[in-house]
Amino acid sequence: MLLEARGLLKRFPGTVALDGVGFGLAAGEVHALLGENGAGKSTLIKCLTGAYRRDGGEILLDGQPVDPRSTFEAQELGIGTVYQEVNLLPNLTVAENLTLGRQPRRLGLTSRRGMRALAREMLAGYGLDIDVERDLGAYSVAVQQIVAIARAVHLSGKVLILDEPTASLDAREVAMLFEVVRRLRDRGLGIVFVSHFLDQVFAISDRITVLRNGRHIATTEAATLDRVRLINLMLGRELEQATTHGRTAHDAGAEVLRAEGLGKRGRIAPFDLSVRAGEVIGMAGLLGSGRTETAEVLFGAAAADSGTVRDAKGPLDVSTPARAIASGFGFAPEDRKTDGIIGDLSVRENIALALQAHRGWARPIPRAEQRRLAEDFIRRLDIRTPGPEKPVGQLSGGNQQKVILARWLAMNPRFLILDEPTRGIDVGAHAEVLRLIEEMVAGGMSLLVISSELEELVAVSDRVIVVRDRSHVAELTGQEITTDAIVRAIAAPGANLEAAE
Amino acid sequence: MNLRRLPLYATIAIFVAAYLLCWLQFPNILSTRVAGNLLTDNAYLGIAAVGMTIVILSGGIDLSVGSVIAFAGVFIAVMLRDTGLHPLAVFALLLILTTAFGAAQGALIHALAMPAFIVTLAGMFLARGIAYLLTLDSIPIDHPFFESLQKAYWLMPGKGRLTLLGVLMLLSVLGGMLLAHRTRFGTNVFAIGGGEGTARMMGVPIGRTTILIYAFSGFMAGLAGIVFAIYTAAGYPLATVGVELNAIAAVVIGGTLLSGGSGTVLGTLFGVLTMGLIQTYIVFDGTLSSWWTKIVIGLLLFLFIVLQKGLLKVGLSRRTA
Repeated sequence: MLLEARGLLKRFPGTVALDGVGFGLAAGEVHALLGENGAGKSTLIKCLTGAYRRDGGEILLDGQPVDPRSTFEAQELGIGTVYQEVNLLPNLTVAENLTLGRQPRRLGLTSRRGMRALAREMLAGYGLDIDVERDLGAYSVAVQQIVAIARAVHLSGKVLILDEPTASLDAREVAMLFEVVRRLRDRGLGIVFVSHFLDQVFAISDRITVLRNGRHIATTEAATLDRVRLINLMLGRELEQATTHGRTAHDAGAEVLRAEGLGKRGRIAPFDLSVRAGEVIGMAGLLGSGRTETAEVLFGAAAADSGTVRDAKGPLDVSTPARAIASGFGFAPEDRKTDGIIGDLSVRENIALALQAHRGWARPIPRAEQRRLAEDFIRRLDIRTPGPEKPVGQLSGGNQQKVILARWLAMNPRFLILDEPTRGIDVGAHAEVLRLIEEMVAGGMSLLVISSELEELVAVSDRVIVVRDRSHVAELTGQEITTDAIVRAIAAPGANLEAAE
Repeated sequence: MNLRRLPLYATIAIFVAAYLLCWLQFPNILSTRVAGNLLTDNAYLGIAAVGMTIVILSGGIDLSVGSVIAFAGVFIAVMLRDTGLHPLAVFALLLILTTAFGAAQGALIHALAMPAFIVTLAGMFLARGIAYLLTLDSIPIDHPFFESLQKAYWLMPGKGRLTLLGVLMLLSVLGGMLLAHRTRFGTNVFAIGGGEGTARMMGVPIGRTTILIYAFSGFMAGLAGIVFAIYTAAGYPLATVGVELNAIAAVVIGGTLLSGGSGTVLGTLFGVLTMGLIQTYIVFDGTLSSWWTKIVIGLLLFLFIVLQKGLLKVGLSRRTA
């Protein structure tokens, strides 16, 4: 083994991010590392590259134990990393980026000619024909990625870790990048490839390792693994235990909203969506497949560049969150710590926030009214807090989630989007959030619930929309909704691979 | 054409066009006398602005410059009055002090991860306060060596005087150009200005570079203080209030991006000269209030901020195209 990790352990306050994970990388192979959010992929990579210090276990490079304390040290040892973003500096020239820290000098001054020659030498064999004296920022992301790879390979030369390198590339650029990766593999480098795009993983990988909840689940030859089995490994489901549709059937009301051809180039392909009163629409798909992107264009967090949203009365403006809120939309985002709650403000203030924004800041909600509102929701949603003045940041994850739900319920929106409403909350709170979803719908509200928990989707949804590779690919209704069917819909091979080749 | 160079060309074009306009109205303005005075009168500002350019290229700011220049003048005047040291020894001592002062500010910025704005704001009050501590009055400097420095010049054709101070500024600009554009340190400065996190990942020694950046600015402020003391032949603790803002304005008019990562030292020279030219024009006109200098500088700053923003947009759209 070129690079081997044994029994890696990494704890963060409250969680074990890596629980005795083993990982082996051979020279001359592309080894894909897969897992959903929180599986431990990025923690593993950060431990290997010295960005995090491990709490236990050992790392062997060429059979020798190593202990990189920084990414720079890892690089010196031979482990180079290329991230999805922030690799190089767009304000420097290609040559400066490639030679930074190793610029050839003459008479104490850096030599332009020497830098140019070194940069050209480093780029040789990558099939790039670019002017190394131009700013890196003038080139496409794909070219920048290849330049970053060239730098990493030149400096390290043994192990190359590619962390989501294709996330912002189009099909042609992906093909170009893969050509480079194959060439490096043939030169004997060990390459770790992290990606959400399963088509790409199958196209480039020799072996695949799956992590889940900080544990090593499986390592197999890519050729012997089929898609359904892989997704089951990632999501932790077995086909045998397929859950049946748990939602009590009810008559869906009249159509209240309709999106036609809504989309944003590079984020989510145009889709149609019809929303009926009192309906729960589930949305399933792997991380990065276009679930959150769908929510963002519907809520105006990322303005759509095509399509319209209309209700019975006419077109609605959802180009910004403020306008979407005015149209009766609500959105509880996936990452509640950064996008949802304001931790230093009290429960009362957090709950009143959206309602206040809706009324306009010129008409403040009286404090007594805010307090009444907060106390009402604390009781109705059973938010465990010593009182409405407690800062939200000090509550548990489940209670924070309920505060966000309360904020939107106070608005009484007609259409509420919940992105991963049960992530990171305990089992008890989980059930309560699901009960709340039922209650909201009973009151006539329509919901779009995005979740990685397939059982949860099966339990609450009237319809499930499946997204893959940034487009809506399937819709399941009624008795069709089973975890089994969802997994199959996610797994169905896309057309993107053929396009890439 | 490299888009990054455009602000430099714009700066030079504006300077040339402004000079041309002045010349149409006052043909005398195109003479080596005016040119010589332009260099001499703005020497201290130009030297301070070279240091400021390096700081701003790294994405930082140094507000202590004006106070350090005043401190330098007072320090020189007091030392020459109270001790028998030769001015050159005093200069050396002063430069060590201001360089150490700058290095200490850089160390604080790095170690405490504090915004440069706050740390150098503290430095600004501190340096000004120490200057007051030394004296409250203006102390004249009447050392014979000082006089010879003040009167040192080379007579250009057309009776213009290229003074030692002017030459010192041009040499500072040249030194700054080599430092910023032709050394590893210079590239590291640009790298930090482009993105500190990325620069760290690429192995740029952030701490060392940050300390050196502010030490260099302190050194240049000390040098500017020496030049200012020679120019005014006095040390006064209330002098050069707000010069750091003039230096920042010169850097921005010189085409350097205020948020860091892009710019040239040569552009700063033209920024300083443009500001000096406006002042000269007002002197020639004789009826205009000197506040017009501020108004024109304000307008030029706006122009360059808009230009930079526009270039950023063009650059992005070109890439995606």
